[in-house]
Amino acid sequence: MYGFLIGVGVLLLLSVIWMVYRIQTLVSVVKGSDKKLETTSNKVNAFLFIVFLVGTGVLMTWYSIKEFDNYQLPVASEHGVITDELFWITMAVTGVVFLITHILLFVFPYKYQYKEGRKASFYPDNHKLEIIWTAVPGVVLAGLVISGWLAWSDITAPAPEKAHVVEIMGYQFAWEVRYPGKDNVLGDYDYRLINASNSHGIDFTDKNATDDFPSPKVVIPKGEPVLFKIRARDVLHSVFAPHMRLKMDAVPGMPTRFWFIPTKTTAEMRAELKDPEFEYEIACTEICGRGHFSMRKIIEVVEPAEYQKWMAEQKSFVQQNPAIAQGQKVEVKEIAGIEKSERNK
Amino acid sequence: MATATVAQQDSAIHEHHEQEHHEHEHHDNFITKYIFTTDHKMIAKQFLITGMFWAIIGGFLSTLFRLQLGFPDMNLEFLRPLLGGWIDEAGKLDPTFYLALVTMHGTIMVFFVLTAGLSGTFSNFLIPLQIGARDMASGFMNLLSYWFFFLSGVIMFISLFLKTGPAGGGWVVYPPLSALEQAIPGSGMGMTLWLISMTLFIASSLLGGINYVTTVINLRTKGMSFSRLPLTIWAFFLTAVIGILSFPVLFAAALLLVFDRSFGTSFYLSDIYVAGEALPNTGGSPVLYQHLFWFLGHPEVYIVLLPALGITSEVIATNSRKPIFGYKAMVVSLLGITVLSFIVWAHHMFVSGMNPFLGSIFMFLTLIIAVPSAVKVFNYLATLWRGNLIFTPGMLFSIGLVSFFISGGLTGVFLGNSAIDIQLHDTYFVVAHFHLVMGSASFFGLMAGVYHWFPKMFGRMMDAKLGYIHFWLTFVGVYMVFFPMHYIGIAGFPRRYYSWTNYEFTNMYTDLNMFVSVAAFITFAAQAIFLFNFFYSMYRGRKATLNPWSSNTLEWTTPLHPGHGNWPGEIPTVYRWPYDYSKPGAAEDFIPQTVPLSQTPESNLPHEQEQVKLELEIMKEEAELLVANGSKH
Repeated sequence: MYGFLIGVGVLLLLSVIWMVYRIQTLVSVVKGSDKKLETTSNKVNAFLFIVFLVGTGVLMTWYSIKEFDNYQLPVASEHGVITDELFWITMAVTGVVFLITHILLFVFPYKYQYKEGRKASFYPDNHKLEIIWTAVPGVVLAGLVISGWLAWSDITAPAPEKAHVVEIMGYQFAWEVRYPGKDNVLGDYDYRLINASNSHGIDFTDKNATDDFPSPKVVIPKGEPVLFKIRARDVLHSVFAPHMRLKMDAVPGMPTRFWFIPTKTTAEMRAELKDPEFEYEIACTEICGRGHFSMRKIIEVVEPAEYQKWMAEQKSFVQQNPAIAQGQKVEVKEIAGIEKSERNK
Repeated sequence: MATATVAQQDSAIHEHHEQEHHEHEHHDNFITKYIFTTDHKMIAKQFLITGMFWAIIGGFLSTLFRLQLGFPDMNLEFLRPLLGGWIDEAGKLDPTFYLALVTMHGTIMVFFVLTAGLSGTFSNFLIPLQIGARDMASGFMNLLSYWFFFLSGVIMFISLFLKTGPAGGGWVVYPPLSALEQAIPGSGMGMTLWLISMTLFIASSLLGGINYVTTVINLRTKGMSFSRLPLTIWAFFLTAVIGILSFPVLFAAALLLVFDRSFGTSFYLSDIYVAGEALPNTGGSPVLYQHLFWFLGHPEVYIVLLPALGITSEVIATNSRKPIFGYKAMVVSLLGITVLSFIVWAHHMFVSGMNPFLGSIFMFLTLIIAVPSAVKVFNYLATLWRGNLIFTPGMLFSIGLVSFFISGGLTGVFLGNSAIDIQLHDTYFVVAHFHLVMGSASFFGLMAGVYHWFPKMFGRMMDAKLGYIHFWLTFVGVYMVFFPMHYIGIAGFPRRYYSWTNYEFTNMYTDLNMFVSVAAFITFAAQAIFLFNFFYSMYRGRKATLNPWSSNTLEWTTPLHPGHGNWPGEIPTVYRWPYDYSKPGAAEDFIPQTVPLSQTPESNLPHEQEQVKLELEIMKEEAELLVANGSKH
């Protein structure tokens, strides 16, 4: 019944709009105002541009200031401070251009709206002006690019030798974390070794693998370089640690890396934000299937001493499950054997 | 040749209308006139109507996923009659289907609406009319171009109804996700149909593009030198060149993906363990696909944008009653954008794992492309300056386009900087950026074009007042949808997320997302005003005059309903550039391209006096030639 009533209401409303529209059209034809160019509509449109400029300008300014602390994520890495600075410098430069061009774009329509008897200026070009507004953006952009390039070169430079290595492997739909243990060298892996008890596909015939250990979360020391070695098991993923200003795709078949220096421990950040629940998080930013939105992993930044203590407490894969190393040797031999026999063919 | 024959036939028909009535009927039956037509104007309308159909579908899909993003707790049971099993028992949208919606929205909007709907419509419609040609170089290729597109659309449409869903790996369909059915169900039959559809689409694009380029180079009328081409034609011409050079690379990328999917090759696949099984593929590289894809994908942005910029240049100049400022600079910018568009693709891949040195190179190249874009904006502003502006709906949409082009273009300066892009890549900041600069700007170009050339297409006017309402609702609406996305992008919200509650850092802005969704629904609903105006005006709109906007270009010299062949008599000759608006000394505020300089001594500029002599000499020679030919008969 309600549906029927709503239907009738909508129908009535539409027919009223329709009538008004037809009457309006007929009136304009009778009055001959459709031939005129300096019309009320023209004035209204010109004026609306000013209304739009002021209205959205106020809205934007108000919201940008009010929400600043919400959309500005706290930063917790050394390079993040630099990229944030670049971001805000770019924001200032583009913001000025944004305002000037938009003021001109919306004030001109108001100022130069059609007037009967006035003639537009015939002003087809001005080389000087054109050279200026080609060169100025060129120079400004060059400045931005060079500062960006310097930062980028530093960020992507090889990691320091002493960097703490953490392997992060993405799969549908979670991350797994592996630490290299005391030797700080990760053991080899082969995706064909993956099975229920060896989700990383670690090759335990490699000596470096014996002290590798898993962890349910990424634990890293504050103030020391950390190197994420990133890989994927099935499809593309992307490691995104928003507070670290860190992002790098995880690519099956092509290990990637990203190194950085965390600057605040989780505890310090909790105190700073007055949020005892705060955690650094890792999210996935490369579409990877149904659970793409739910690949949460926690990063815990701790003081270096605490980190060493935590490292010492961890049990390696082999210690946790001595059987995996045993059983695997046979498998590895088998695979090697198959490869050999294929080559012999 | 074919076009010349058509023209002869047309004029013959006019002369002996009564006697040859039979032949006339034969020439114009329903099928050859409306379906398998070779008339560029009808093909343009076919592209336009098909594009509009797809825009409605694409827009509707976006309202579905905005419903999920804005109102995550809503019971969507009422959508079950439409979506069936994609609504689960709890009344929630299926997360896999959410990804399919996002994918299809992107594919449809980028390729079917803004490539075929925009280029297909206006390149076809305007190139012959504005350069003074009877039709395209090959009417038959043009016909094929449309029907390949149609078929491609049919296949994509079918894929929407598959049980496993359409392709769901994002519109970029990166492998391995798009190659492995085990990873996402949409990569099964849905992806197969996507690939078939895109292959047909590429064929359509190439057939169209080759035709546009050939027509512009070979079929310009007498006097229509390249330096007298309207900027619309320059834009369509360069767009076609970009398409011809980049679409084949997408074809290559798709072909290798087909091999990987169906024939066991390993171009993109390596070291994969999925669904409890290690796949035999080794040695492939997913990054290779990304390089190939973006080699089309980035130029594609300009394929979508340049025609819109061309349309805007024409509409703004006409309605400012002023020559476009810096015609040469505009052409050089278009050329610059064309060339640079091919060497910036890897800025989509700064954090894909490719060599960071390559990232540095592409950062430099990317920010260079901002320069010609900036020049275009300044030139538009200078064109408005001291004009005599008439706000037709076309003009409003053009000004809107410039606004989007600025807003979206400036955020490109952030994203093109690889250091800043680390944080912003694949967040809503990117979504805001490209929806403004590419999506909305090009959509506004399309709208400006429809409002401006509707009288030429259908011989009637669209209602201006409804046009104003449509413009203001859409203009404000688009900003309300996409501007807030910058904030959530800076806050780090990743793209293509079904829900925000799994993370602390994204577990906020529910109010803003709700606002965006509501704005999106209103904006989408406002398009009904346009649809009504379009179809109503087609039959019942007021009859148009021959040159309703007092424009200079050639299309307004044709009859109200131009037949196949466009001009009943001889094709007009061109004597001047298309932007002689408000020329000092002239009586009217416009001088069409067909008016010889020798007839307007009162308004000629000093350097044009030289050309007058040349013009008179040529006219004299031609008159002699005509006499000589006449005496031969």
